Amino acid sequence: MRKGTLRQILLITDGCSNQGEDPIAMAALAKEQGITVNVIGVLDQDIIDEQGLREIEGIAQSGGGISQVVYAKQLSQTVQMVTRKAMTQTLQGVINRELKQILGSHASIEHLSPEKRVEVMEVVEELGETVNLQVLILVDTSGSMKTKLQTVKEALLDLSISLNARLGNNEFSVFVFPGKKGEVDRILDWTPKMESISSVFPKLTSGGITPTGPAIREAVQQFQKRRSLKGLFTHDGDDDVYIEQSM
Amino acid sequence: MTVMTMYTSNNLCNIRTGTVIQGKWHKRHYEIIKPLGKGANGVVYLAKEGRAFVALKISNEATTMMSEVNVLKRFSEVQGITLGPCLLDVDDWLHPHEKKIYSFYVMEYIEGDDLLTFIQKRGKEWIIVIILQLLGDLHKLHEKGWVFGDLKPDNLIVSGAVPKVRLIDVGGTTIRGRAIKEFTEFFDRGYWGMGTRKAEPSYDLFAVAMIMMNMCYPKRFERKENGREQLRLMISSHPYLKKYEKILWRALDGKYTCAHEMRKDLLQCMQQPTEQKEKREGRTVRVKGKKKFRLLETMFLFVCLLFMYVVYLYVQIL
Ligand SMILES: Nc1ncnc2c1ncn2[C@@H]1O[C@H](COP(=O)(O)OP(=O)(O)OP(=O)(O)O)[C@@H](O)[C@H]1O
Ligand SMILES: [Mg+2]
Repeated sequence: MRKGTLRQILLITDGCSNQGEDPIAMAALAKEQGITVNVIGVLDQDIIDEQGLREIEGIAQSGGGISQVVYAKQLSQTVQMVTRKAMTQTLQGVINRELKQILGSHASIEHLSPEKRVEVMEVVEELGETVNLQVLILVDTSGSMKTKLQTVKEALLDLSISLNARLGNNEFSVFVFPGKKGEVDRILDWTPKMESISSVFPKLTSGGITPTGPAIREAVQQFQKRRSLKGLFTHDGDDDVYIEQSM
Repeated sequence: MTVMTMYTSNNLCNIRTGTVIQGKWHKRHYEIIKPLGKGANGVVYLAKEGRAFVALKISNEATTMMSEVNVLKRFSEVQGITLGPCLLDVDDWLHPHEKKIYSFYVMEYIEGDDLLTFIQKRGKEWIIVIILQLLGDLHKLHEKGWVFGDLKPDNLIVSGAVPKVRLIDVGGTTIRGRAIKEFTEFFDRGYWGMGTRKAEPSYDLFAVAMIMMNMCYPKRFERKENGREQLRLMISSHPYLKKYEKILWRALDGKYTCAHEMRKDLLQCMQQPTEQKEKREGRTVRVKGKKKFRLLETMFLFVCLLFMYVVYLYVQIL
């Protein structure tokens, strides 16, 4: 199989958006363009906001990704797990599509015998290990996240340890919202090394607005920019295969 | 595709005793006896197939299950040595009430205590025995091209009349050179800022050192600012760990490239102090012996003199 690139948005937030477009719609838009949206909800204690929860699940669902709600303490393991599982899920989607092409529209991994399924999983794992990955991380830095930002930073460093152990290439980019001036600020441009966020990660939170929708929209645009830039500079098209999940 | 729930569904945690699980593909029957344990990826039950006890793992995450099955299958292909439980069956189960299909696999039931419980019951002197056994098994595993990954006392069961450590839960077991699939923070060198998460033998050996730490600090502890310094203090302030300090550090710093090296060093370290003790004891015994000899000498002389005196008196009286 060709070596391709998986594109993911990882949204880390603790609650409801209150400005701009509907984030669920923006996530659907991302998915249409082959970008998966995963969401991690960070809780303080047992306070679970029904509406926030619904939004978190809604964004992931319409963005073709995974959502998980955790306490700040478990964040590192969760970020790592969600990213990996989302990769597997997307790749499984791709395999499913190919299976349908070969075996007809009713075929899918679940319908295979356990023996065959094990073999398919081996291929999925192999792909997950070697595929290139672009992750754009969107961090909610609105007032209520203040006490959690240190943990978020640590979780992101931990994520880069996990992903950098893979054989495939990684690129990370980090955005925070709300931004100092606009809705979103970029704090880290595409880079294979996330270690540098240590110095640029905001310690202070900015204001009470939470423009989650606009943040996702901006993230999708970043991917498109990246794509056109790459198209300009790379001559062999091989590098430019994006793996998209089909439904 | 729907949102995945990462925690095992409640229905799977509460399968009642006596429930018979029949596989959709292979039609084998398993009668549930009791839950053995529950983890992030599923629930493991003790079950009976006919009269034989088996362990049955069921989960709503087919993906991770299949990946574990893959590893167990490869392990069973390695002949002559048992690494991990034997794989017996893989199948799907149609939940009668939910009308939902769950994947399950069946493996050899390994009876025994987890490592921490075993050491608490049988004593500290067993730690080193188990660690040596473990390093032997890890060496074989590494040679076959695998790294265990999620190595921790909970995933080690000590089993049998002649206690032998067995590896369970192969969820973290990874092909050498890839990224570790699953790990637990306390035993992960990435967490302590002391190395990558690449699957290499040294990754497991770091965890072995942390298992020894965990045996001495059963509550475990969280990382502070400087992880390495923190570990240094924990080792040097504990008499048991202090004894193996050099070896622990070689393992923690990733200096061992092979489990056998670490095993050899541990064996050597165990023999050294006893040798010294013997020497010292040998010497004191000899010194004591000399003293005794002198005492005997004096007594002998005394008795001789007394005897001569008695003879003298006797002669005089006569
Ligand atoms: N073959 C077996 N024989 C006996 N007990 C077993 C066996 N397999 C698993 N167990 C028990 O079930 C528990 C959970 O199993 P396992 O660790 O495989 O689940 P998991 O979902 O992978 O958990 P974890 O959170 O540790 O990754 C184990 O800790 C152990 O006590
Ligand atoms: Mg496991």
